[in-house]
Amino acid sequence: MRFMIIVKATGDSEAGVMPEEKLIADMAAYHEELAITGALLDASGLKPSSTGWRIKYSGGKRTVIDGPFAETKELVAGYTLIQVKSREEALEWTKRFPNPAIGGKEGEIEVRQLFELEDFAPGEAIERFREIGVGKKR
Amino acid sequence: MGERQATSPMRGNSAEDIQEAVGDVYRSESRRILATLIRLLGDFEIAEEAMHDAFAAALAQWPRDGIPTNPRAWLVSAGRFKAIDGMRRNARRDASHAALADWIGSEEEEAAARDDEGVVDDRLRLIFTCCHPAIPPDARVSLTLREVCGLTTEAIASAFLTSPSTLAQRIVRAKAKIRDARISYQVPSQGDLPERLEAVLRVIYLVFNEGYSASSGGSLTRPDLSGEAIRLGRLLYGLLPEPEAAGLLALMLLHESRRVARSSPTGELVLLADQNRSLWNREQIAEGSELAARAMSSRRLGPYALQAAIAAVHAGAQDASATDWDRIVRLYELLARVEPSPVVELNRAVAVAMREGPGAGLSLIDAILARGDLTDYHLAHSARADLCRRLGRTSEARESYKRALALNRQAPERRFLERRLVELG
Repeated sequence: MRFMIIVKATGDSEAGVMPEEKLIADMAAYHEELAITGALLDASGLKPSSTGWRIKYSGGKRTVIDGPFAETKELVAGYTLIQVKSREEALEWTKRFPNPAIGGKEGEIEVRQLFELEDFAPGEAIERFREIGVGKKR
Repeated sequence: MGERQATSPMRGNSAEDIQEAVGDVYRSESRRILATLIRLLGDFEIAEEAMHDAFAAALAQWPRDGIPTNPRAWLVSAGRFKAIDGMRRNARRDASHAALADWIGSEEEEAAARDDEGVVDDRLRLIFTCCHPAIPPDARVSLTLREVCGLTTEAIASAFLTSPSTLAQRIVRAKAKIRDARISYQVPSQGDLPERLEAVLRVIYLVFNEGYSASSGGSLTRPDLSGEAIRLGRLLYGLLPEPEAAGLLALMLLHESRRVARSSPTGELVLLADQNRSLWNREQIAEGSELAARAMSSRRLGPYALQAAIAAVHAGAQDASATDWDRIVRLYELLARVEPSPVVELNRAVAVAMREGPGAGLSLIDAILARGDLTDYHLAHSARADLCRRLGRTSEARESYKRALALNRQAPERRFLERRLVELG
């Protein structure tokens, strides 16, 4: 099963402050650990919301809203995608995730399990996803 | 093992030309033909006989009919018919042969024989069969060299310092095991792959190491075995591009790149730090480093990828002092997690000594030895001796060199240790 470790934004990450050497090294060590056990699928940091935009839908109407966005703590600053055998294993891994906040300040991660294609009722549309490799596990 | 087309359109059709052409096909295609025949006939012995019959038929028929456009398909087909003929003849004596001949002669099987697509996979199937966990490890090595690489029993016996008869027996027993245990002739399924691949990689690396650092005997290396292992590694990675297959091929290429620099013109051992790096093979380093990087970026780090990454760090350094020892220490730490072993710890200790000074490395080695883990491992004692020597602890260094010498059976390495002892005075 796959889980996404979502790193929440902070004032620093939104201000575009780059992580210090120590934090990058801690993150590298953690992800190396994931890689040697075969649990790592992908990981990335996201640029501040000032570089992003939102699209609001209202029926057929679409409105583009440029960043930055105010609700910092609700924003996403990065993610790590893992594949593990159980929920417990995912919990163990995530408990060891380094504090992602710059300078060891207050930080937060949120963990969510991914839907697998098997979770959906079988159907032609789901098969089309399978064909193009969406939701592909290792 | 080569991939080249065997026949040249420029060649004439005289008897000598045909003979030469058949010889070329034998050299470049016989291993693939054999692999396919083993799949089609389900038996090593019958397949080998069938292949030789097929080549004999080629020598007889090609001068008359010309060289076929696809010599390999022709030979596979001829070998298969020869085998079926043989079984039908035996069928008068044995009913099971009749059933087998009917089955192999069936239409589906004939279609399978013509299927050229499956042929590439046949060599991969053969590698997995020869390295099957049900076969004893030493027999896996012999069987792979014999069946996949096509080395003669005599050549393998001399490489491993055994008698040809012992080796032949080992191979016969392994083949019987494959037949009796009905070991299936196929590439393992995705679920079994990691474990089965590991067994194949271990066989290839064993062959390489026997060629790179012969465990005993007069010369430091046996390049022919290493070359064979690299060919196998290349074949495997080409057919099955898994990160660890890339890692092993990278590791072998990077070690091989240092072969010339590793021994002096008089056959004496030269340590990594003292090697003339201009002698290193740049082409092998480039290919090996590229493969090592690819294996590391797979996000699945196995022991071969990590060892290749370490070798690549060495290969990328101008000289020993310019080596990124910090990275090497970290890679050894990862390796120790993937594959915990006192030898990996020893290597890490040596890297720590290079990063922080001999004292730091020495206390790590002493801790390993104190646990009783490597007390009979000559490299642990020679590493300890070297660090003591650098710290000026001469009598301890002398003791450790003596221990190492007592445990080492390899002539050039022994001479190296003896030289060091003389230098200490």
